[in-house]
Amino acid sequence: MSPFARGARDGAPFLFIMVPFGALFGVIGTEAGLSFEKVVAFSAIVVAGASQLTTLGLAQEGAPLAVAVLSGLAVNLRMMMYSAALVPHLGDAPPWQRAVIGYLLVDQTYALAQARFEDAPGWSTRDKVAYFAGTASYVFPAWVGATAAGALLGAALPDWLPLGFAVPLAFVALVAPMLRTAAHAAAAVTSVVLTLALAGVPWNGGLLIAALIAIAVGAEVERRTT
Amino acid sequence: MTWLAIGIMGLATWAIRWSFLGLIGDRPLPDWIRRHLRYTGVAVMPGLVAPLVLTPAEGGVEVAALAGCAAALAVGAWRRDAMWAVAAGAAAYAAAALL
Repeated sequence: MSPFARGARDGAPFLFIMVPFGALFGVIGTEAGLSFEKVVAFSAIVVAGASQLTTLGLAQEGAPLAVAVLSGLAVNLRMMMYSAALVPHLGDAPPWQRAVIGYLLVDQTYALAQARFEDAPGWSTRDKVAYFAGTASYVFPAWVGATAAGALLGAALPDWLPLGFAVPLAFVALVAPMLRTAAHAAAAVTSVVLTLALAGVPWNGGLLIAALIAIAVGAEVERRTT
Repeated sequence: MTWLAIGIMGLATWAIRWSFLGLIGDRPLPDWIRRHLRYTGVAVMPGLVAPLVLTPAEGGVEVAALAGCAAALAVGAWRRDAMWAVAAGAAAYAAAALL
């Protein structure tokens, strides 16, 4: 299987995630009074569901637009860590490819790539870029398309569809295959405990602090066990 | 939401994602930094999901969501494959919700 096909296959199950999540954003965006064009453009330009919901929610509550946008961006700061984590694998790709990867670097594409690249040390940068493109090939169109569907269908979507469960399920499904060593497990447990303990920190700061400490814990456990 | 706000948010989000990948490029990283970067995913994502399922909502912690996440975690770690994790999580959620 080519790296691109491999990436597409690994990304495919996230259709079941991106479709409900995108639809959820489409419904909420339309109910918040955004035009169809704006809701779809929001998903296509920003490509970050959690931050879009944050910004939209705050704007709805009457927060100043600048505050709403900055809060949404704070939710996205974690992706700076994803960007750094991919440097050893994709850093020597051509600049234009790195620019496109930046546009498509979401939780799903990052997590799949990180897990696969550690398993495939023989891959060239070209192979890795192709794999990354494969992971995005379903996820990105599904995200934008589902937003459009949600915005059009709106209240016509059946109530029994548990749209909200798609988000936690996506993250668990991304993390579970990464738990390959005691160091990975230690980082994950640290992340959970500290995020819950730091839930009161504003601007999504609890997650960022928890993540930085969890990274250090993982690296330290690796150093001591290998 | 204005078009300007959407545009600024899109540009800034892209800059966040491009940052290290675009600016560091192929300059070599020291081993200790590479060792830390390997744990980025497992350090960020559990923290994203934990408050969603473990913080009680109005009706208390949702049992079906907990069951779904537990099944996805167990099967995903065992099969080392997201497809199995999604299937197991959805099945456990549906089973727990119906019971």
